Amino acid sequence: MLDFIVKRVVQVVIVVFLALTVVFFLIRLSGDPTTLFLPPDAPKEQIEEYRELLGFNRPLYVQYAEFMKGAVHGDFGESLRSGEDALGLVMARMPATFQLAISALALSLIIAIPLGVLSAYKRNTLFDKASVGITVIGQAIPNFWFGLILIFIFAAQLKLFPSSGGGSVKHMVLPVITLALYSVSRFVRFTRSAMLDVLSKDYIRTTKAAGTPTSTLIMKYALKNSLIPIITLIALDLGVLLGGAVITEAVFSWPGVGRLLQQSLMNRDFPIVLAGVFIIAIIYAVINFITDILYAYVNPQIRVK
Amino acid sequence: METSTITTTTNPIDSKVQKKSKFKFFFRKLSKSWTGMLGFGIIIILIVLSLFGQWIAPFDPMDAPLRDRLLPPLTDGHILGTDQLGRDILSRLIAGTKVSMIIGLATALLAGVVGTIIGVTAGYFRGWVDVVLMRIVDVQLSFPFILLVLVVSAVLGAGLTNIIISLAVGGWVIFARVIRSEVLAIREKEFITAAIATGVPKLEILVRHILPNIFTPIIILVSLQMGTYIIAEASVSFLGFGVQPPTPAWGNMLNEGKDYIFGSWWLITFPGLAIVLTTLGVNLFGDWLRDTLDPELKGE
Repeated sequence: MLDFIVKRVVQVVIVVFLALTVVFFLIRLSGDPTTLFLPPDAPKEQIEEYRELLGFNRPLYVQYAEFMKGAVHGDFGESLRSGEDALGLVMARMPATFQLAISALALSLIIAIPLGVLSAYKRNTLFDKASVGITVIGQAIPNFWFGLILIFIFAAQLKLFPSSGGGSVKHMVLPVITLALYSVSRFVRFTRSAMLDVLSKDYIRTTKAAGTPTSTLIMKYALKNSLIPIITLIALDLGVLLGGAVITEAVFSWPGVGRLLQQSLMNRDFPIVLAGVFIIAIIYAVINFITDILYAYVNPQIRVK
Repeated sequence: METSTITTTTNPIDSKVQKKSKFKFFFRKLSKSWTGMLGFGIIIILIVLSLFGQWIAPFDPMDAPLRDRLLPPLTDGHILGTDQLGRDILSRLIAGTKVSMIIGLATALLAGVVGTIIGVTAGYFRGWVDVVLMRIVDVQLSFPFILLVLVVSAVLGAGLTNIIISLAVGGWVIFARVIRSEVLAIREKEFITAAIATGVPKLEILVRHILPNIFTPIIILVSLQMGTYIIAEASVSFLGFGVQPPTPAWGNMLNEGKDYIFGSWWLITFPGLAIVLTTLGVNLFGDWLRDTLDPELKGE
């Protein structure tokens, strides 16, 4: 087990390091950000002065080494716009994003698991076909557009919820539903097929023949065994949710990391972008790590291996 | 002499018959699945709209008579209304079809070719090449796709080519991974062992025996990934990167329309529906193709 953990931690470090390196060079390749802060007709001396000030006049490898040295200590420099600490700005936005992602995950599970289970149990009935049909359509809907439609109906027309901003439970409703949409479709499809797999097993037939009530059969015997693939999917989806959060946050002006990242990309405020990439890569890697451990926990066969 | 004339005349007929029956086979299979038919139908419509859209569209998609701004649907011949600059929405949607189709196809092609080359290299040569390439794939997969596309396209700057490159940068890994495992499986088959034993050169084995056998999974992946690319492009353009106005693309139409959401619902409704229908069509067809060509993958 210790061996496994050490291996994975090393892997996380490599992933984060490579992600930062790639983004760093991509950004530097795209040009010098100093020109963005000065009027296009700025005198040459002023541009030089700015480049000196921001350190963009040094050779690329020196900048890279400096950056990495700082990054190891959690120092990504200051925002080019506001002058605040880049990592601090990202961290300050973290809770809002987590709030959104976790609520969306919870909502989609509450909807999707019963739906998937029922769909599998009532296989090939009208109910099953309807729920499969809805998931197929759900997967074709871009979630930012779904968000816009929700804003139009519930904010513009019915005036039930605010269209943008954060801070209260009311602000959360529409973004959470938006973000949950995509996961719901995937979860339903997945739960359904995992359940179908289990329901066709011999031991289920035997249990059924022994007269076990349907609810016990599903809850105790079938669902438990289809949890393994579902857990993996949930973990995989947390990453998708984090990505989706960027877009959802932009639609609803939700004050999270995604919106910060989008604005920083727009403004070419690169220290923030790098700090954001750093945090997201770490979270993503940690989620994968936890999934593997959970996986081993639910499935003893893997533990032995 | 006589026999040779016979063989030369029968050959083309033979292949013609074969081609025709392949076509027939395709349609017979397709007609059995209404979802596959639906998907295929939507794709045909999309192709027609992208090829002949400029003659089908009722107005010039770039023409902006300001006095006609924000007309609701079904006024003055504007079936779906006009946008904030007075441009006809239906005509812009039709023009946007071309943009979406080009992006979806070009990305699938680019990501497919790059991913296939890498996947084949890793699967065929194995050893350290495989280890290194698959590590790179792992690293990339440990970062959210849409965020990667967003960062790359923000860095590369706006434009059709750049968004295609960004999407392909995010998308090649899926191809690499699937193709690698296909190649690994095919390599173990007896006919490859036989080819190696009879001294067929490595490159020839690769081109003549392995590539034709991974064609099916490539086609399936291309059709299944296109929907993802189309939605991703729309998302990125919606956020203000990717395809820029005034070029009509569904994503940037939604971006421009969102400011008028409280007054003019048609600006955000129709481009979104276009994306949904397109993705739905491509996905349904892709699902059908997978189920038909490779029943083992079904339900995965």
